[in-house]
Amino acid sequence: MTESGKPMNIVNENVVGSDSGLQTIASSERTEVDTDTPPFVFETIDLNVYYGDFRAVRDVNLTVAKNEITALIGPSGCGKSTVLRCFDRMNDLIETARVDGRVLYHGLDLYGPDVDAVEVRRRVGMVFQKPNPFPKSIFDNIAYGPRISGMAKKKADLAVIVERSLRKAALWDEVKDRLSSSALGMSGGQQQRLCIARAIAVDPDVLLMDEPCSSLDPIATTRIEELMKEIKDEYTIVIVTHNMQQAARVSDRTAFFSVEVNEQSDARTGILVEADATEKIFSTPADDRTERYVTGRFG
Amino acid sequence: MHPMIRTSRRRRRSDGAARRVFQLAALFTFVITVLIIGTLAVDAWGFLSKLADTPDGLGSLTAIGWFPRRGLYDIGTLVVGTLIVTGIAMLVAVPLGLGAAIFLSEYARPRLRRYVKPLLEILAGIPSVVLGYFAIAVINPDIVVNLFSNASKAFTLMAAGIGVGILTIPIIASVAEDALRAVPHALREASSGLGAKRSQTTFRVIIPGAISGIVAALILGMSRAIGETMVVAIAAGAVGGGLFQLTPLQPGQTMTGAMAALGFGSDQVAGDNLAFESLYFVGLLLFVMTFLLNYLSDRLVTRFREVY
Ligand SMILES: Nc1ncnc2c1ncn2[C@@H]1O[C@H](COP(=O)(O)OP(=O)(O)OP(=O)(O)O)[C@@H](O)[C@H]1O
Ligand SMILES: [Mg+2]
Repeated sequence: MTESGKPMNIVNENVVGSDSGLQTIASSERTEVDTDTPPFVFETIDLNVYYGDFRAVRDVNLTVAKNEITALIGPSGCGKSTVLRCFDRMNDLIETARVDGRVLYHGLDLYGPDVDAVEVRRRVGMVFQKPNPFPKSIFDNIAYGPRISGMAKKKADLAVIVERSLRKAALWDEVKDRLSSSALGMSGGQQQRLCIARAIAVDPDVLLMDEPCSSLDPIATTRIEELMKEIKDEYTIVIVTHNMQQAARVSDRTAFFSVEVNEQSDARTGILVEADATEKIFSTPADDRTERYVTGRFG
Repeated sequence: MHPMIRTSRRRRRSDGAARRVFQLAALFTFVITVLIIGTLAVDAWGFLSKLADTPDGLGSLTAIGWFPRRGLYDIGTLVVGTLIVTGIAMLVAVPLGLGAAIFLSEYARPRLRRYVKPLLEILAGIPSVVLGYFAIAVINPDIVVNLFSNASKAFTLMAAGIGVGILTIPIIASVAEDALRAVPHALREASSGLGAKRSQTTFRVIIPGAISGIVAALILGMSRAIGETMVVAIAAGAVGGGLFQLTPLQPGQTMTGAMAALGFGSDQVAGDNLAFESLYFVGLLLFVMTFLLNYLSDRLVTRFREVY
């Protein structure tokens, strides 16, 4: 159903042309990926992000595999959000931010000259730290994405999408009788699941989540963690979390970031220390710094 | 008591003095307001009761036009004139003011903002008398007469309306811009994150989110336009009085214009002291209109603050 309205490539005017697979790899459910295409959804190559003159992260080389949950952990200020926001070009919204290096999405450089950030964000959804529903009805919140992308216009089509998204986000039973009431009247946990449903509604390929549970109570947190595991067959998920147990519980792979302080200039730069299978990171990490952090002996 | 936290007597005394100064200022403002309203109301009532004793009685409040010297006080002439000028002013100021607000808050990069914002403030700072002359020197001959060949060559309500509109732009722009910028950044991120273009975010999230503030800006602008006097007094042309008429292409009289004319005394003719007193009646009417508009905008602004 989505094939009709939505262009399959994120590149303006097919400029990439000759480069075979690039235009159709956005959703591998709809298109088989070549076997020799790397199985990575994302791959950063020497990624550096600057805010003005300040280098927030240095030389990050990280891969994110398909249908896995990848957790980004590390102390505050090490650049987890900064890296995450490169995956859907959200840093574009920050005036001073500048990205250097490459961020490959199914092999295509997201920061390449012909890539349309708007198209990227239709495929790569984002769930934020604080639930941010629109001051609109529950229905209109979910229908927002499909409406703006032209994916569905008729109320009946939208209703199908709204129900499906709310069901996936395990919210349908709680709200099915009050779809037209304001989303702002929901609890924090419900609002966050609404935001997940809203992100799912545009049928994305990836979900980025930046500390999605940090403003929620333990029960709501558990629900969201269950939800993540349920939907990971369909989506690739990258989650930033401060909660080590959460990373250990939900993720398949974990990337540990840290802050490196330059002795002379006192500059603090985020670096990727290591990324590996989650069990490995939490049992026998390769780097001492990781071990100190995950065992709580950080500092 | 620890010496560090004990208030010295001198300090207490100076605090008290400052407090009294502010109290006095507040009291003074209040007293002046009450005096103004009181005077207006009493004198308006005086005018009406005297008018009722004239041969034509209160019937002269509806006549062929507003000619206070001749005892014709057709208030409709002034209200219609005011509506025409205000309407034209809003036609000019709403699109330009809102456009500027949307541009500044959603599109302009911070650097450009830094240059454009002061420009609006300069516009806000132009004395209205200057705009009045601009209206007769440029707006009427170069715009109004060019567009409408049947327009009066020297003075028109339309030229006055355009002039007033220019004065109203900065008010609408700055209040609306504040409202737009008050919409939380998180909502912009939510919208962009779903693949919305900037225009989609602006029109589907930011403007609806700021709607009561925007309406407040429009009402505030409107009450400014209704109250604007100098431009109208100079450019609308009906100094003595005006016939009741509905076209903006002729000279005309507004409530403020009529009051100014009465106030200057250009209208005062010995023997007819009622002409001058009608000023209070028009003034009270004007006050009630702008007061209602301001009250409405206040209510809307409070409501829009409560949304988030
Ligand atoms: N918009 C911005 N402008 C300037 N500097 C920024 C901006 N956003 C982040 N930074 C800086 O970049 C560095 C990395 O920030 P980032 O938010 O990515 O860290 P984080 O790992 O997500 O931290 P936290 O765990 O506290 O969320 C920090 O030093 C931060 O101060
Ligand atoms: Mg963060």
